[in-house]
Amino acid sequence: MSQATTTRITRFDLVARQLDYWVTVYKRTWRGSVITSFVMPLLYVTAMGVLLGGFIEQGPEALEGAPTYLAFVAPGLVAAHAMQTATGEVTWPVMGMIKWSRTYFAMTATPLRPSDIVAAQLLFVTFRVASACGVFLLVLAIFGVFASVGGLLLAWLVQILIGLAFATVFFGFSAMLKHESGFSIVYRLIVIPQFLFSGAFFPISNLSPTLEWLARLTPLWHGVDLTRMLLLDRVDGSAALVHLAYLTTMAVLGWWFAASRLTKRLAL
Amino acid sequence: MTLQDTPAAMVRARGLRKLYGDFEAVRGIDVEVNRGESFGFLGPNGAGKSSTMRMIAAVSPPSGGELSILGMDPQTQGPEIRSRIGVCPQEDTLDNELNVRDNLVVYGRYFGIPRREVAERADELLDFVQLTDRSRAKVEDLSGGMKRRLTIARTLVNKPDLLLLDEPTTGLDPQARHLLWDRLFRLKHQGVTIVLTTHYMDEAEQLCDRLVVMDGGRIVAEGSPLDLIRTHSTREVAELRFGVGEHEALAAKVEDLAERVEVLPDRLLLYTSDGEEALAKVHERGLSPAAVLVRRSTLEDVFLRLTGRTLVD
Repeated sequence: MSQATTTRITRFDLVARQLDYWVTVYKRTWRGSVITSFVMPLLYVTAMGVLLGGFIEQGPEALEGAPTYLAFVAPGLVAAHAMQTATGEVTWPVMGMIKWSRTYFAMTATPLRPSDIVAAQLLFVTFRVASACGVFLLVLAIFGVFASVGGLLLAWLVQILIGLAFATVFFGFSAMLKHESGFSIVYRLIVIPQFLFSGAFFPISNLSPTLEWLARLTPLWHGVDLTRMLLLDRVDGSAALVHLAYLTTMAVLGWWFAASRLTKRLAL
Repeated sequence: MTLQDTPAAMVRARGLRKLYGDFEAVRGIDVEVNRGESFGFLGPNGAGKSSTMRMIAAVSPPSGGELSILGMDPQTQGPEIRSRIGVCPQEDTLDNELNVRDNLVVYGRYFGIPRREVAERADELLDFVQLTDRSRAKVEDLSGGMKRRLTIARTLVNKPDLLLLDEPTTGLDPQARHLLWDRLFRLKHQGVTIVLTTHYMDEAEQLCDRLVVMDGGRIVAEGSPLDLIRTHSTREVAELRFGVGEHEALAAKVEDLAERVEVLPDRLLLYTSDGEEALAKVHERGLSPAAVLVRRSTLEDVFLRLTGRTLVD
């Protein structure tokens, strides 16, 4: 009877229907985000890479093969930028759409399911990470910090993977969180320590053995090391595969986590 | 799928339950809403109305019992069901970052309506709820009544067969309420099935062909507004006001004059088929109330009888 004639709506369709929403959101915010994504890397590379790096006289043997400190620190800054851009997009914004604007509740009154909402928002985060890190890599190219164009392009794709690994997991966390104070714990205990100690600013072999071991477990270190290999053109095949597997697994499990947490949160 | 293919029951629930942890918000209700009908859920706060509405809206999974909406199972065909219903939530969920018209357009896109079509429909709907001159305004600059009208317009963007309205007029001024009622009447005449919750009895009498009264997660009465008054109240009510503190003692003297006498702090209510006659007998007994009022029984009398006068929260 009637049910047989009802066409099933596909996941692709439900995700695509959210394009106009995210385009509208981006139209409102792109000016600010373009400026910060160009100016911030320029400031970081100048201050940390060029000026601070000017004091560092160590050679390639102390800098994991990088000819200069600028060449060493730049890949770390890009990877950390990917993490921070992704995290920023799925912490307060996700809580806001649950608690303050209640936009998700408007969305689930339509054919969209929570998992479709997560998918579309993660695509938007991917776009934000891809454009922010794309600009960052272009700034680095201007400073001459890349060994090959192929490596530069692959490094750009790796930033998207880093972004997804963090975005999915933190999306799930934000979907569970009842109060925003939880975010300051996330930033103080997870995001900033990784930014400082996961090999972005100095080779982790300088840490004590225990801390070095701990640093090797962090997702950002895998992202930093992979990005650095690609930008310096010193790829270690097996290590690169481990990094890729780590980040991909995190993104896949994170996707499942985010979709299930938001589903639970919205199914009141 | 067209409306004609849909089974007569737009909503069909059997033993429907909803649990939140240990708390049972809906305790096994049977409901059937037919095509073209206006159906109301009445009840005090916490009666389980909104939980029931969210299950019917195919967003909140039932904890037990059977539920079918437009002949489909909400567990497996949520997107297909929601494509054909319009949901007006109790709290506005309009997007404050978007202007009035974009709220309709973006929302319409979630239903897969082509851009050109949704643009036309947005203009028609703004006209329908009298917001055309505010189409470029920010949502946060609208008054409460305007926001509610915009929410109703948004609810209609997919031309729903079934409209779910959770306390649609709470917080509105009388002008805005009457405008909304008028719009809902027109939709009903176009064949749209309406399910609404309210705790305004006049709204229920105005809008509902049939309604159920819920209390503590259960249905305690069901019928048309007139049926309910006939079954659960008398034709008329005589209200007598004496001095403060005298009502309790005087109740005994008029007890036999009505089917039921209710004592309130400020007045006595005599439920009777003929209010004037009862009043005449009150005067014959030498009692002289400071003020009297004889009126028809209303749905409010039924409601208070069934769900009590005690505050729920």
